[in-house]
Order: sequence, then C-alpha cells, then structure tokens
Amino acid sequence: MSYSEKVLDHYNNPRNVGSFAKDDPNVGTGVVGAPECGDVMKLQLRISEAGVIEDARFKTFGCGSAIASSSYVTELVKGKHIDEAMTIKNTVIVKELNLPPVKIHCSVLAEDAIKAAITDWKTHKGAEEPAAAKAQEK
Amino acid sequence: MVKTPVYMDYHATTPCDPRVVEAMLPYFTTKFGNAASRNHSFGWEAEEAVDKARNQIASIINAKSKEIIFTSGATESDNLAIKGVVEFYKEKGNHIITCVTEHKAVLDSCRALERQGKATVTYLPVDKYGMVDPDAVRRAITDKTVLITIMYANNEIGTIHPIREIGKLAKEKGIVFHCDAVQAVGKIPVDVDKDGIDLLAMSGHKIYGPKGVGALYVRSKGPRVRLAPIIDGGGHERGMRSGTLNVTGIVGFGAACEIAARELPEETRHLNELRNRLHAGLFERLDEIYLNGHPTERLPGNLNVSFAYVEGESLLMGINDVAVSSGSACTSATLEPSYVIRALGIGEELAHSSIRFGLGRFNTADEVDYVTERVSREVKRLREMSPLYEMAKEGIDLKSVQWKA
Repeated sequence: MSYSEKVLDHYNNPRNVGSFAKDDPNVGTGVVGAPECGDVMKLQLRISEAGVIEDARFKTFGCGSAIASSSYVTELVKGKHIDEAMTIKNTVIVKELNLPPVKIHCSVLAEDAIKAAITDWKTHKGAEEPAAAKAQEK
Repeated sequence: MVKTPVYMDYHATTPCDPRVVEAMLPYFTTKFGNAASRNHSFGWEAEEAVDKARNQIASIINAKSKEIIFTSGATESDNLAIKGVVEFYKEKGNHIITCVTEHKAVLDSCRALERQGKATVTYLPVDKYGMVDPDAVRRAITDKTVLITIMYANNEIGTIHPIREIGKLAKEKGIVFHCDAVQAVGKIPVDVDKDGIDLLAMSGHKIYGPKGVGALYVRSKGPRVRLAPIIDGGGHERGMRSGTLNVTGIVGFGAACEIAARELPEETRHLNELRNRLHAGLFERLDEIYLNGHPTERLPGNLNVSFAYVEGESLLMGINDVAVSSGSACTSATLEPSYVIRALGIGEELAHSSIRFGLGRFNTADEVDYVTERVSREVKRLREMSPLYEMAKEGIDLKSVQWKA
C-alpha cells in the first residue's frame, strides 16, 4: 500500500506526541480502540475554564494512518472551543490525509478520541462543580 | 555501506540465481521446441532438457524422475494433490486431516471440497510453537480418512513439523500423505522415502528459480498413488496435468534444485549464522520482544518476532528501505491479523506486532547489522509514541483494561 504525502509527513514528524499529567484538572483524556484490534489512541486536551482547547497531546498504537490521524487531530482542535470540537467529523480527517477506504476506521477512531477527551474533561469538571452540572442536567 | 533497499523477504520469493538464468536463456530463443513434439529435433531437444530437469528436481527429494509432475506452481500442486486424491478415492472415503497453520492453497482447497459436499475436514490445532502433534493426527484418523496433508515447514514462523512421524503413521494406516514442502525443499534435507511422503508440492521461485513453475511429486510405488486430474487436455504428465510444458521455467527450476542440493550444507551454515546474528542483535537492543515459532525446529533463514506495543504495519512504514513482512491486519487484504500467529495463542495484540524476517542466499552480515539498527531505532521511536508501552511501564496490566473499541 502506498501512503499519501501527508500521512508520511505526520508519521515521520508527528505533532504533539506525549502526555499531560492525568490528574491535571484542566486535562481531559480519551483512550479509544483496543490492542486486539490493532489500534489504540490516547488523546489529551488541556481545556481552559471558558472551554477553549489550549493544547493537545497524543500517543497512538496503530498503523501509520492511525498515527497520522491522531497527530493531525492535535493540530486541528487547538484553539477551538469544545462545542466546535465536538462537531468535528471524521470526513475532515479523511480528506486532509487522503486516506484510502480501508483506513477510514482510523479517522473514525480519531473523531471518537476527541469526543472521549472532551467528555472526560466535562465529567471531572462536573464532579468539581456539582451545582453547575445539575444546572446542565435540567 | 549497505545498498538499500535491503531484501529480507525470501519466504515470499527469491531472485533467480544468475546461474539459473544462464541455463534458461537458450530455451527462450534457439531451443524453443515443444517437449511434446515427437517428430523433430526441436521437440527432442526440449524433451531432453525437461528430462534433465526432472532428474535434478527428483534427486533433491530422493524421488524417481517419473514421479515428478510439472505444474504452474505450488498452489496448483496443492490443489491437484488434495482435489485429485479426494476425487480418485471417493469410493474409499472422504475425510481429510490437515492443520490450521497450513498455506491458503491447502486450506482453501479443503474448504472448497467441504462446500461442495465432497469431503469433511479436520483442522488440527498447533502448540505454542506452531507444531502439530502426531498423536493428534493419530486420534483424528477415521475409517473414512483418505488424506493427511501437513506442511513440511511453515512459511511465516518457520516451524518444522514432525513429518517423519506423521509419514510413518500414514503408512501404518494406509492413508495418502501429502506434504506442502515449498519452504523446506532446498533449505533443509527432504527425503520422500525416509519421510514417508506420498505427494509433495514444491515451487521454483522459492529456491532461486523462476516464478510460474512448480511440481508435484506423486509416489509410484509402495503405494502407487492415483490422482484425478483437475486440468484436462492433451494428456501431458501421464494424464495428471495437461498443458504444454513450460520448458524454460522447468529448465530453470531444475538448475535451481541442482545448485540448492549441492550448496545446501554451506547455505544452511550461512543462513543460521545470519539469522542468529539478527536474533541476538534485536534481543540485545530491545526489551519485550518475543520469538514466534519453534526455538530449534525451524528453518535456517527464518526469524519471526513480535515487538510488543508496536503495530506491525507502522513499523514496516518506518523501515521502508527494508523489505520484510508483517502479520499485522493492516498489511493484509482481510483486515485480520495473521491466522498463523493467532493459532499460536499468543494474543491478538502480539499478532498485530509480528514481523517476519526471511533471510536468503544473497544477504550479508552487513545487511543484518543495518536491519538490526534500523528496526531497533524504529521500535524505540514508536514505543515512545505508544500509549500501551506507557501504560505497561506504569505497571498497568493491559489485559485488565476495559477497552472501548
């Protein structure tokens, strides 16, 4: 299989590889996929009180396209409000990286990782501020 | 300085040995006759060349030359052996015994017969080294068993099966024993008499001969094995395989066998040395890597390793000037990791992380050192990027994690 220039670029020079401290209250962590499926993505987002994604880190076990998808996503979400980031569709990733049909699941996983990380942030923010969370529920 | 790309995928195919090409060349142009033309010198010349090759090929497995049937390759040989035996012996029975790590040419031939209602098949499991247990073969035999088909050595993990024991068992019970010996012939000593093999598939391009030519050994005596043909036509190859002989290919296949037989001891030493060097080099530099296949009963040029926490295809991508292959799902058309590695019971994750190094005649120690460095560096880089490696280092048991797949 031949890879697109952009996949190769992200694979060779991955952006924002690494981890934030898991107990940082401003960090949301999303881990999606499973080792037996050959793909696991961990995406961490540092989110401001106002809900703006200030920084992102990833680690991925998976094929080159999975690595590239998660690397691209860290660039894509930075500076975005979480409400906007929640609407990011995998098709954006497919288009940017020129992924072939057999690699579409990599982009889906990256989309899921964004949602999982934001949900995680909301969950522990909610735990911190029960009143606010209750208000949201109503 | 190592010339790149480095080829280390000799189980997939091999380049033609220049000596093989030289032997073939006249048969493209001046000696172009049809070996079946009985009434002129062009035909006689071709027939003579085919006879010589038949001898060269027979002698590498200690067979008689008339027991060699030429085919288009080992896939056809496996199809002919399995489908041909089941068809011919259908009055006697319809049960086949094989094993889960066989080549697709064997497994899919068996499945086709099952689908058509022509056979029932027992697929024996293998142990953690990929070896089939002869006692399991014995226990699987029924009074309907007409064929046992077990490969000599596995193409992915290099494990050599206890062929002689299985052959002996087949003899005792009067069951035809077919052996796909594509990876074994020319690499380790194969003797159809001592091993008790009745049918044996082999291929030209795995032993430095050309692609598009193979053979099926069919035992002529003790017992005489009969086959129904799967290709009908002019009755070539004693009626078992019609079609004008690929004289050029056959000449090359013959020359390749002669060279392989003559150089076997030297080549075995060379390949063991390189393989052990690669094995030691990788295991010195990296933690959490695992050998797939049998530690001792394996092909000289084979090394199959799982690099935990690193996905195989991404590793191949990182070592793009080294030609090896992976059991990762992402490198296969089916999106399933290698069924051979999975059969070892080492877990899906390690199956995704497996790489097969296939060393061959033209590899050098410098190439091995280059590949060792290249692979080690890339594995370390990818592990820095791997959430699984991070979790493992934190002491998290990956098996206890609830994954959201």
